[in-house]
Amino acid sequence: MSHTLVIAELHEGKVRRSTLSAVTFARGISQPFDILVMGQGAASAAAGVVAFGAQKILVADDVSLANYICERFAPTVAAIGKGYKVIVATASSFGKDLAPRVAAKLSAGYAADLSAVRVEGDKLVYRRPVFAGNAYASCSITTPIHVVTVRQSEFGAAEPSGGASATETVAVQPADAAAARVEFLSLESTKSERPDLGEARVIVSGGRALKEQFAQVLDPLASLLGAAVGASRAACDAGYAAPELQVGQTGRIVAPNLYVAVGISGAIQHLAGMKGSKVIVAINKDPEAPIFQVADYGLVTDLFQAVPALVKGLA
Amino acid sequence: MKILVPLKRVADPDNANKVKVTAGKLDTTGMQWKPNPFDEYAVETALRLTENGASTKVRLGEVIVLTVGPKEAETQLRGALATGADRAIRIDATDDDLDGDVVARAIRAVVEKEKPDLILVGKQAVDGDSNQVGQLLAEYLGWPQATFAGTIKSEGDTALLVGREVDGGTLTLRVTLPAVVSVDLRIVAPTSVSSKHSPTHTYADGVRFAALMAIMAAKKKPMVEFKLSELVSDAAAKIAYTTHELPPPRKAGIKVKDVAELVDKLRNEARVV
Ligand SMILES: Cc1cc2nc3c(=O)[nH]c(=O)nc-3n(C[C@H](O)[C@H](O)[C@H](O)COP(=O)(O)OP(=O)(O)OC[C@H]3O[C@@H](n4cnc5c(N)ncnc54)[C@H](O)[C@@H]3O)c2cc1C
Ligand SMILES: Nc1ncnc2c1ncn2[C@@H]1O[C@H](COP(=O)(O)O)[C@@H](O)[C@H]1O
Repeated sequence: MSHTLVIAELHEGKVRRSTLSAVTFARGISQPFDILVMGQGAASAAAGVVAFGAQKILVADDVSLANYICERFAPTVAAIGKGYKVIVATASSFGKDLAPRVAAKLSAGYAADLSAVRVEGDKLVYRRPVFAGNAYASCSITTPIHVVTVRQSEFGAAEPSGGASATETVAVQPADAAAARVEFLSLESTKSERPDLGEARVIVSGGRALKEQFAQVLDPLASLLGAAVGASRAACDAGYAAPELQVGQTGRIVAPNLYVAVGISGAIQHLAGMKGSKVIVAINKDPEAPIFQVADYGLVTDLFQAVPALVKGLA
Repeated sequence: MKILVPLKRVADPDNANKVKVTAGKLDTTGMQWKPNPFDEYAVETALRLTENGASTKVRLGEVIVLTVGPKEAETQLRGALATGADRAIRIDATDDDLDGDVVARAIRAVVEKEKPDLILVGKQAVDGDSNQVGQLLAEYLGWPQATFAGTIKSEGDTALLVGREVDGGTLTLRVTLPAVVSVDLRIVAPTSVSSKHSPTHTYADGVRFAALMAIMAAKKKPMVEFKLSELVSDAAAKIAYTTHELPPPRKAGIKVKDVAELVDKLRNEARVV
């Protein structure tokens, strides 16, 4: 029997790459693990995760799972998960929605958004950011089963380790009674050729200062660098950028090799989402802007001149 | 519609007195207390959902705010009453003894007494950033959950169309009440919340402020207290926090004088482009 159960997330018939962060967590505690691939089309999606060293890939495939609805997924995850010590998902919006409901079913403690895990004797000690990353807390879970979600920014995507895990079909449990009161209507997303924020090696991120010229100013730089585009809350709230581009405490938590913050003041809630980036560049006309306290390279100037010049300089 | 809004007071890390760690423990001395911002958004959402376009005098429903916390947290409950909530409940507890699970079980006990149609929680409390009470509560009640709501449209106050802000975009669900909805930042944008009986004007961005008269009146609104032990038989937390530490400081960077120098540094020093 394996120790850890990794919950995979499906998207358009494939396992999302973000799942590989939960795999990194599972490998990190050096215990055998299984991966549960759940959703309509899970049987074929499972092929995407057979080479990562799991003992088994468990497949729960059913038409009733075509769209993710927590009340349909949680019963099966809990039924399978009760045989494990640790149940882990990546802290995506999927993981954060599903994992606590599973924990409640199993009377298990749930720790969100882990940034690290340590094995101390026979105990697992978890580390997680609190207060928008202004402090880190160490904690343990006191129930026999632990449910956790892990940060993509701190648990990098696992590399394949070769071999092929055995695949096993598991029964899909009946949905919660509450599922009858939930109807999936639509998933609207802006189609983009750019990499996902969680996986991008370079992110060009804009703030309120960009106004209606948000895309016009940032797109050429992002295209040149093969970057994902991010935004501050103020830019999203004002409608200059799509809400799903928000980086921060309550948006995406990112840690690319290069983060270019353009016209972003650097409020703690924004810093919480990007200060783990390897190299940070800030362009802001206010020399006192807090973003400069975390920037490796700060440029105090007008962004509307600087960004086009940077595009020229780097081309 | 009867709406229950669980509200937590949090130490505000966003002012002069930042988070400190003393002897491996989080130290909030000198920090200011404020309502969790997401919970203020939840109160605003509840007020908008019970707004009566035909008459500003009679609200179409009731908004109850609830906190699990010490006596001092009544300040934040009174604040919510001043903006328009009708009454308040406090479950007496010490912050350090709580985790999301205890809070969810305590709220469940109140829900069983009050039987609200809707519970509006914040997406997360910005002290612990735990993001779980709403989901746990929904499971304990056997109710549907809709987390991270950026928009809510009430359909005759028996079902809600909820636009959830998810990683890939916006996911829209129809949930039939009673349900638990957790609210995200953009729920307080001018047109994010609506019902058949909404007023015709659009709202100002953000939450409403209390008028002085309302602050006085709020002192007379009902506030009842329960003991945690009256509501949950086993109030043991499932998460044990041991130590806290501050993040390692980022090493100070430099200011470059112009774009040319920035390009040079990125190419030849950082080697990231
Ligand atoms: C509960 C809560 C959660 C939050 N979560 C998040 C979150 O997840 N992510 C997030 O980003 N924010 C979040 N915020 C908001 C955060 O506090 C800030 O309000 C927000 O990040 C500010 O965005 P901004 O830097 O774009 O805007 P501003 O603070 O207005 O800054 C604009 C900056 O642009 C500069 N500027 C203006 N014109 C120019 C120019 N021509 N050239 C160069 N520079 C210029 C200015 O000097 C200024 O520094 C949250 C807030 C709360 C209360
Ligand atoms: N002690 C508490 N009292 C009342 N409500 C709470 C408390 N803790 C959390 N909540 C509610 O649960 C939401 C999510 O909190 P959390 O799961 O702790 O991040 C908050 O936004 C509140 O609405």
